[in-house]
Amino acid sequence: MATSLAAPKQLALADLKGKVDPDWCPGCGDFGVLAAVEKALVELQIPNHNVVTISGIGCSSNFPGFINTYGMHTLHGRALAVATGVKLANHDLTVLVTGGDGDGFGIGGNHFVHTMRRNVDLLYIVMDNQIYGLTTGQTSPTSRIGMKTKSMPFGNIEAPVNPISLALAAGATFVARGFSGEQKQLIELIKQGIEHKGFSFLDVFSPCVTYNHDNTYQWFRPRVKKLEDDTAYDPTNWLAAMEKSLLWGDEIPIGIFFERTDILTLHGAEPVLNKGPLVHGDTRIPPDVARSFIEELM
Amino acid sequence: MRQTFAIGIGGAAGQGVATPGDIFAKIFSRRGLHLNAYNAYQSIIRGGHTFLTIRAGPEKVTNMGDCIDLLIPLNQDSMNRHLGLLSAGSACIYNADTIKPGAAGNCVQLCPLPVSKLADITRNKVAQNTLAIGAGLNMMGISFQALESVLTEQFKKKGEAVVTENVGIARAGYDHAAPRFKPFAWPLPMTENRYAVLSGNIAMAMGGAAAGVKFYCAYPMSPSTGVLHWMAAHARKAGIMVRQVEDEIGVVNMAIGAAHAGVRAMCATSGGGFALMSEGLGMSAMMETPVVVIDCQRAGPSTGVPTKTEQGDLWQMLGAAFGDYPRIIASPLDIGDCFKIIPEMFNLVDRFQCPGMVLCDLLLSEGRLSVDPKDLGFTPGIDRGELITRANGTPSGPGISGDYKRYKITESGISPRAIPGVPGHVHTAATDEHDEDGVLISDEFTNTVKRRAMMEKRMRKVTGIEAAIPPPALWGPRNADVTLIGWGSTSGVIEEACEILSEQGISANQLQIRWLVPLHGEAIVEILKGARHTIIVENNYSGQFARYLRSESSYVPNGYIRKYDGEPFMPHHIVEAVKEQLTGKTTLSVPAHEIMV
Repeated sequence: MATSLAAPKQLALADLKGKVDPDWCPGCGDFGVLAAVEKALVELQIPNHNVVTISGIGCSSNFPGFINTYGMHTLHGRALAVATGVKLANHDLTVLVTGGDGDGFGIGGNHFVHTMRRNVDLLYIVMDNQIYGLTTGQTSPTSRIGMKTKSMPFGNIEAPVNPISLALAAGATFVARGFSGEQKQLIELIKQGIEHKGFSFLDVFSPCVTYNHDNTYQWFRPRVKKLEDDTAYDPTNWLAAMEKSLLWGDEIPIGIFFERTDILTLHGAEPVLNKGPLVHGDTRIPPDVARSFIEELM
Repeated sequence: MRQTFAIGIGGAAGQGVATPGDIFAKIFSRRGLHLNAYNAYQSIIRGGHTFLTIRAGPEKVTNMGDCIDLLIPLNQDSMNRHLGLLSAGSACIYNADTIKPGAAGNCVQLCPLPVSKLADITRNKVAQNTLAIGAGLNMMGISFQALESVLTEQFKKKGEAVVTENVGIARAGYDHAAPRFKPFAWPLPMTENRYAVLSGNIAMAMGGAAAGVKFYCAYPMSPSTGVLHWMAAHARKAGIMVRQVEDEIGVVNMAIGAAHAGVRAMCATSGGGFALMSEGLGMSAMMETPVVVIDCQRAGPSTGVPTKTEQGDLWQMLGAAFGDYPRIIASPLDIGDCFKIIPEMFNLVDRFQCPGMVLCDLLLSEGRLSVDPKDLGFTPGIDRGELITRANGTPSGPGISGDYKRYKITESGISPRAIPGVPGHVHTAATDEHDEDGVLISDEFTNTVKRRAMMEKRMRKVTGIEAAIPPPALWGPRNADVTLIGWGSTSGVIEEACEILSEQGISANQLQIRWLVPLHGEAIVEILKGARHTIIVENNYSGQFARYLRSESSYVPNGYIRKYDGEPFMPHHIVEAVKEQLTGKTTLSVPAHEIMV
């Protein structure tokens, strides 16, 4: 064991393999996201004991069980709230939040908006398949108008949420979109999302091969256009990003819509954390401070 | 009978009821007197009716008492509501320019103040308050110097001129009273003691700081908001991360996240917010991540009566979140206990890795009590339980994840808990049922043998918790005529009711419950076995504790005293109900609150 102290072992893909294999349907887009996250972590060489992968509930939310990092499989819609607590208690940890569109934009919509405006330093990956999968195929907040599902058999009449515009409006400081079928770009987006200091939002088209027969790999492939291929596009221009976020149909942009680095993260803005992570700090209140608390009351 | 003196100050919200209250409280506590203050108010920022009772005495003052010795009505409405309730020996100081007294009882002294003659009311809008304080203190036999020093402190931030003006007005009131108003028969004594005066909310917040809480978050909700305010104001000095969150669902989840990462985390709310936290408590239990949640009860259901007290959330707490899981519920007995109970609760939840709930109520949360500073120790014992941190965690085996099992099946049901960041202990904590190593695939949680083993592992912790919590004890004489059973905040008022009953020839003792879950049902039955007549006293409609006690122990008392009008019990409510029940007239008394507040 002495050698491991002298030369820290390099993190390899095998180290990130979970205790069990994913039980997603064969062909599910989530496999591509899992593979991309593992490769990104290896490329960044972040020790897996310093990574916490946190999810809500749903097919994609089973993610933490399939990757060998610290993990939390929390409540439906609540992953971002839990993740905020984790990050504030120990900001040395790399926090990844994974989940689906129903989990993040439906039941978790409130936390989604507020975690973005707080600029909590984490990467939130939404595996967006525009359908509820684990509950066997109901309309989701990103399902298109007219889409027929078990819960809306005559077609969806509600407009879908636009996650990219919403993230921009709520103040996310890194906003990107990926596609499970574009591995190379996805790995880069995950790496940049992890390295960004602040809230990184990554919406990933992750087709559901079982319940969504509208938004398939075949449907996405000819439509997705990489933003980085447009040399004139400036991802620091918020208004341009907002405009780009509205594109949908024959052309759907993927890549980094927006990034700004001039805003403090939540943990960076809080003086209580100046001395380091809370979890490593003193438990006791210094006696003179304790005395002053009581003297105020006398 | 304990010697006490009570002042009642009534007025509209915004008329400045609080400031004279603070001044009296400070003067009393600096004289070494105990005090208890309760503010009956409405959910309104300006207007309505507010009535503050401050009761002081040389011995511990456990509740607001039955009568007012000095009434200071700041408007006609307060005069109309309260004058008729004054009894012989009491006095009423009022602004004779604007308020007309009604019919006062025998030997009630009316003390009119010609406010516009004594002070320049165009300059000082609250001159009547300051004059009344001066006059009142003169009648209590307290030196003007005591008032002058408190006023100086109170107004020093506003500058010398404001201090001089207020001291001058107070002096005019003090001197006006001397030749005209009869002093109270019992001058307030002085002692060498010095007390801190604090609310239950401040006590619980400070208790958290003393327990080593490093993460506190909340959504504002009366009557729990005082905890947030103290935490926010003292966060930087105490090194506590304090966050205001978008809703109570976010609150409990954020707190559990912080707790999971290794710090002590706490949050407070009232019944409505607690309802939203329910699912999160189940997560704390399933992930075995300790968290402490405070519920400051107010009158429900729904939005209910936001500024009024009740003990109506017991069954909500007993049933919070679905499924069976170990939980700990405790109810502080008074404001001093609000401080003590928090570190105790944290040690238990850390040891047993489960949610802990503190069932407080508006009466304690917003009431104020004098507490000996010695009882506010910031160095309670801290037991973090079986926690594996960077400091003590060594990789437990070969390979990067080791052979650590987060949910290892043990005899105690407690599995050593590693926090994220510790090498060699990588695992996933899951709200789905899981195996010893945290794996949550469908094959596992539909495995009946493993599911049963994990349920039994978690529930075995209950045995340990029961052993760690002391059973309740009977206070007062054995073989009493009547035994009064209460829980939580009714402790003080029942104690005084027992004393009054004894003075009236009815011996009474008290069994007050502090730990609600686990409940030592057998011990309670054993204590009550020999009791002659038992009555359960509680601040709710259905007798929530009585029903709970019966479900846990089959024990049925002889009678019940309940109050659910929003106001707390006064001692005479209980005394009269006990007498009524001892004659066999009824087994259920619901005392009426005579004061319209």
